[in-house]
Amino acid sequence: MALKTEPFVLNIGPVHPSTHGVFRMRATLDGEVIVDLEPVFGYLHRGIEKLAEERTYTGVIPLTDRLDYLASMSNNLAYVLTVEKLAGIAVPERAQYLRVIIAELQRIAGHLIAVGAFLNDCGAFFTPFLYMFREREKIVDLFEMVSGQRLLYNYMRIGGLSQDIPEEFLPALDKFVQQMPGFIDEYDRFFAQNEILLARAKGVGILPQEMAINISASGPVLRASGVNWDIRKADPYSLYDRFDFDIPTGTASDCYDRYRVRIAEMRQSLRIIRQAMEQLPSGPVKSDVPRLLRPQVGEAYAHIEAPKGDLGFYLVSDNSIAPYRCHVRAPSLINLTALREMIIGWKIQDAIIIFGSIDITMGEVDR
Amino acid sequence: MTMTNLDLNNLGNLQKGLPPDWPGGFWWHLLVFTIIIIAFVMIMVLSFVWIERRGMARLQLRLGPNRTGPFGLLQPVADAVKVLLKEDIVPAEGDKIVHWLAPVVAFAPVLLIFAVVPFQNGGLLADLNVGVLYVVAISSISTLGIFMAGWGSSNKYSLLAAMRVIAAVVSYEIPVVLAVAGVVLIAGSLSLNDIVIAQNIPFILLQPLGFLLLFIGGCAEINRSPFDLMEADSELVAGFHTEYSGMKFALFYLTEYAEAVAMSAIIATLFLGGWKGPLLPPWLWLLIKIVAVFLTMVWTRTTLPRVRIDQLMALAWKFLLPLALINLLITAIQVLAWPDALPAVIIVVNFTIMAVLVLLWSRFSKLGWGRITAE
Repeated sequence: MALKTEPFVLNIGPVHPSTHGVFRMRATLDGEVIVDLEPVFGYLHRGIEKLAEERTYTGVIPLTDRLDYLASMSNNLAYVLTVEKLAGIAVPERAQYLRVIIAELQRIAGHLIAVGAFLNDCGAFFTPFLYMFREREKIVDLFEMVSGQRLLYNYMRIGGLSQDIPEEFLPALDKFVQQMPGFIDEYDRFFAQNEILLARAKGVGILPQEMAINISASGPVLRASGVNWDIRKADPYSLYDRFDFDIPTGTASDCYDRYRVRIAEMRQSLRIIRQAMEQLPSGPVKSDVPRLLRPQVGEAYAHIEAPKGDLGFYLVSDNSIAPYRCHVRAPSLINLTALREMIIGWKIQDAIIIFGSIDITMGEVDR
Repeated sequence: MTMTNLDLNNLGNLQKGLPPDWPGGFWWHLLVFTIIIIAFVMIMVLSFVWIERRGMARLQLRLGPNRTGPFGLLQPVADAVKVLLKEDIVPAEGDKIVHWLAPVVAFAPVLLIFAVVPFQNGGLLADLNVGVLYVVAISSISTLGIFMAGWGSSNKYSLLAAMRVIAAVVSYEIPVVLAVAGVVLIAGSLSLNDIVIAQNIPFILLQPLGFLLLFIGGCAEINRSPFDLMEADSELVAGFHTEYSGMKFALFYLTEYAEAVAMSAIIATLFLGGWKGPLLPPWLWLLIKIVAVFLTMVWTRTTLPRVRIDQLMALAWKFLLPLALINLLITAIQVLAWPDALPAVIIVVNFTIMAVLVLLWSRFSKLGWGRITAE
């Protein structure tokens, strides 16, 4: 006997434990299976791009902190690189090295949260999350040493950094770099072969390589689909052409591979930090830049490999003290575009982990 | 009157179960044990909340509650007071009567289970000769309460959780009953007291596979992680009790932990020798075993991710059910064909069988079906 059933609509979010902020998925369900899904965003829109038009070039830096608030340093870096490109400012070598070290630390911190939150979405009751936070705390301590802040650092400046690192920074960093591989091994031991995690994440939420390229996905999401594309290699910025590192890629393009790629990238970041620490020169950390910068009329676009993907800033100058137009190419938003195709046909529980495996920050999606 | 006399005579089974030095008759027994059980469940729930929160904190590199009283011991009391003072909210669209009745229906059966759990030789409310059957039957009623909560809340999350509860509990009932049947075969009785008396060797050694099945199935039946799909906080917000607050929420909270106490007590009684043990008083032995089983549950909850609903079903029907049937068959053969076999031989044989079966099944059975695409 065929039962008469009909699909019903479930609003997942905007306020929901697993939406990583205020995101809404309007899911049409057939029992547990999702037959249609409509992502709704905009709940965290603060008009940061418009606000940037009202500030001086330096005054925009604190705004960029608030884009992807889990990777403030990367946002700072992408923005100041764009301004430097726009105004043609040279950056002292020491500052460039420190920027690389800090950006890679930020990548590790970002991936730790991504992996922890993903496992939390899988239902591992906060244990992996808190283990990841143990290490993130050390990175945050390091950032506190250099900038005095623990979340929104506002550390990078146009033409360098706001101040040089304190003397206790390098020993602490050295200790961290030595300990971290052991901790990553520990995560692998705990989670990599976990039967339930494999059953939940392997083969789930496949983003085919072609689609990943078509939606211009970037970061671990793209690389898990088997595309070897990393801005650090493809369009080197700062000093990344001086370091020796690999780009881990996945093959299965599923949630599990996205998780594995993030773990592997942490190891590569440590490699870069180690090399940068060896090569770190002495000297100034900020070049002489006027307080009220007036770049010549023109436009510039620069992008970096942020923890979540290809983060770009587009600035237009009309020779005033504020940008005429500021646009952010937010990887979180663009990676999210394939969400519907990835989720349809899976169950609610899968939808949560697929969403979690993309690793987004709503601050960056809605801006 | 004659009717009363007749009734009391027919309850001889209860009186037979009394310890010889027990003062008074049936009614005294009933009163005293009811008070004991209610006090026991309440105290155990409060301490389990504390144990779980502190234990999980330990495994998660945290401290856990440590401000209220020594070692945070008064935290559950503070929680209870806080919850009881909250406003009681009923959804406007909800079914008021069902919504009101659900926590009671969920909680009452859990208390009833303890009627047949022996605290010492004969020290129990009712030494039913169908004790195991009674436990199985009564423990299913809680599910009804949870389903009523999901239905009466008029909330889609709650409804989904309620659907999951029905699916999960109905499926897991079968392997659990079959796993317990092995114990009944060996002990030759359905009375929990007799089963404890029969355990000269704890049945976990004679029935390792049965213990494993009951533990997994039991975790699923009382909705504990990794099978806590009905209150999956990362998916369904709070599952069936999303729309509950105040006293009614407190009752669900109580039910959850009382079920954990009950399941631990049943596992301890059936497989770990119940009140039996040297030196210490029997009730203390039972308590130690209950806490030991519960700590294992806390450990699994902290360690494992949650399974998906179809994987949960697949685990019950493809993994636990066949193994439970095989276990029952092997136990029956052993009881019938070699009643006088050396326990040591049986233990070795059964552990080998368990290892082989579990390895084989985990190799060849697949969890879940993956993506469902439109035709």
